[in-house]
Amino acid sequence: MNRLGVDFLGFSLKNPIAAASGTFGFGKEYAEFYDINQLGAVCLKGLTLHKKAGNDGVRIWECTGGMLNSIGLENPGVKAFIEEYEETQARIQTVKIVNLGGDSLEEYVEGARLLNQIDIDILELNISCPNVKSGGMLFGVSEDSAYQVTRAVKDITRFPLMVKLSPNVADIAVIAAACEEAGADGLSLINTVQGMAIDIQNRRAVFDNVYAGLSGAAIKPIALRMVHQAAKAVNIPIMGIGGIYSGRDVLEFLMVGASCVQIGTAGFIRPTKLMEILAELKAYCEENDLFLKEIINII
Amino acid sequence: MALILENKPIASNVFQMRVAANQQVKAGQFYMLRAWENIPTFSRPISICDQNGEEMTFVYEVKGKGTEIFSTLQAGDEIELMGPRGNGFVLKGQKCVLVGGGVGIAPLLLLAKRLREQGAQITAYLGFRSEEYLKEDFARYCHRIITDVGGKITDVIETESFDCAYICGPEVMMQAAWDKLKHSAEQVVVSVERRMACGVGVCLGCNIKTRQGNKKVCSDGPIFAAEDVFYE
Ligand SMILES: Cc1cc2nc3c(=O)[nH]c(=O)nc-3n(C[C@H](O)[C@H](O)[C@H](O)COP(=O)(O)O)c2cc1C
Ligand code: FES
Repeated sequence: MNRLGVDFLGFSLKNPIAAASGTFGFGKEYAEFYDINQLGAVCLKGLTLHKKAGNDGVRIWECTGGMLNSIGLENPGVKAFIEEYEETQARIQTVKIVNLGGDSLEEYVEGARLLNQIDIDILELNISCPNVKSGGMLFGVSEDSAYQVTRAVKDITRFPLMVKLSPNVADIAVIAAACEEAGADGLSLINTVQGMAIDIQNRRAVFDNVYAGLSGAAIKPIALRMVHQAAKAVNIPIMGIGGIYSGRDVLEFLMVGASCVQIGTAGFIRPTKLMEILAELKAYCEENDLFLKEIINII
Repeated sequence: MALILENKPIASNVFQMRVAANQQVKAGQFYMLRAWENIPTFSRPISICDQNGEEMTFVYEVKGKGTEIFSTLQAGDEIELMGPRGNGFVLKGQKCVLVGGGVGIAPLLLLAKRLREQGAQITAYLGFRSEEYLKEDFARYCHRIITDVGGKITDVIETESFDCAYICGPEVMMQAAWDKLKHSAEQVVVSVERRMACGVGVCLGCNIKTRQGNKKVCSDGPIFAAEDVFYE
């Protein structure tokens, strides 16, 4: 019997570990290092309706226990993704999660509509994107815009919808509840925490955009707290994200309310790191006679 | 994991590490090196400086936490190697010129060796900050070596025609070398350096804007045609 199996949005995941969006490309590169279908799910690189060239200047910066990134959602656009989807699909037999961002409500809706043409498993809505119409404020920081974008996409998509929440908000419980009310089938959190890096030699901010997204071990306590708060506020399942580096970290996220997790930055330690974390988790479950389903949301 | 055979300083802040590794590599390729688990977050991309049968050599400058840790490793310790990564140099031309600045000379050594094996005639311009290193090694393969310590190596480049020019060093130095050589060398290539997270092409952190659009230094590079990099 599989001790690692969990249920999520109608899928039986063989284990709760997924690759996080933006840290796994479209699955091609890591497929050279290990069988990526051993993962419970994969979240592909974030898409936007139109192709994006991404940000100029420094894009990544190391910090103690993590990293900052300002990639700027460089991606080929939804149409190009769809054109090459046959190849992507052939590579990935595990649960496929497609991550969609946008700068306006219309872009999100049109992106989701086009994605209906292909067979994906779950649509992950990245609402940590600037809302051009409301002066660049992130969709994910206000209850109203989080509700609106979730509702609009839910109305058009034919896939289970998971909304990915930004941690850069006053009250995550309020945003989580707004997404649930708007029809989200699940939530994933957290996206990166807003941070900053300084180049003292040149006396300036490292990133052209000044602020950037912090990820990795440094954000794990924040992520645990937020998953816990969200889990208390909603009845839909949650995918926990943020600073997971070990099998024990995965257990922590399940205990505070996540049904499964995504891992990003830890994958940069070495290509096979996610497999190591999976092996640790498996060993722990066997040694402790544990079935993961038993510990979800027990705290 | 690879066994370290030797790890010693060869100039101030510059170390040479020999490891036991028997892999097919191209000059200009690199490895992601790591000697710790979680912190620092990233592995460090280091170019292959030399390869001899069962041995590989890296030459690195101590610039931050990662390379500082490398510098404390000793013969008998192990180091994690992920690679070889990157495209590597295409070996071309009978009359070649190499221009290296600082530790940028490291990948040019294996290149000189491979070009020499093809019978090329090689001129090397090597710029150093405070003292010379690896010069005798270059002397084994190069026809002519011009060095500079503390100044600008690109100032002493003579106008002469070459089939191919290979440049590696700080970006301003590469740009200056390109300006000097673009009319006298038929082909000019540069080896670009970037901070890297994944080293395999998934994170898009090592981006370079080229004439053909965005490229990933770790997997599309690190070797690019100079005209595609310095096009503005
Ligand atoms: C280089 C990089 C690129 C990312 N790109 C995306 C993206 O395109 N879409 C998205 O929703 N999240 C993106 N993220 C956020 C991650 O998916 C994840 O939420 C965050 O890194 C926290 O998890 P971690 O600590 O395990 O890395 C990116 C993160 C990194 C480090
Ligand atoms: S370092 Fe990640 S894409 Fe090059």
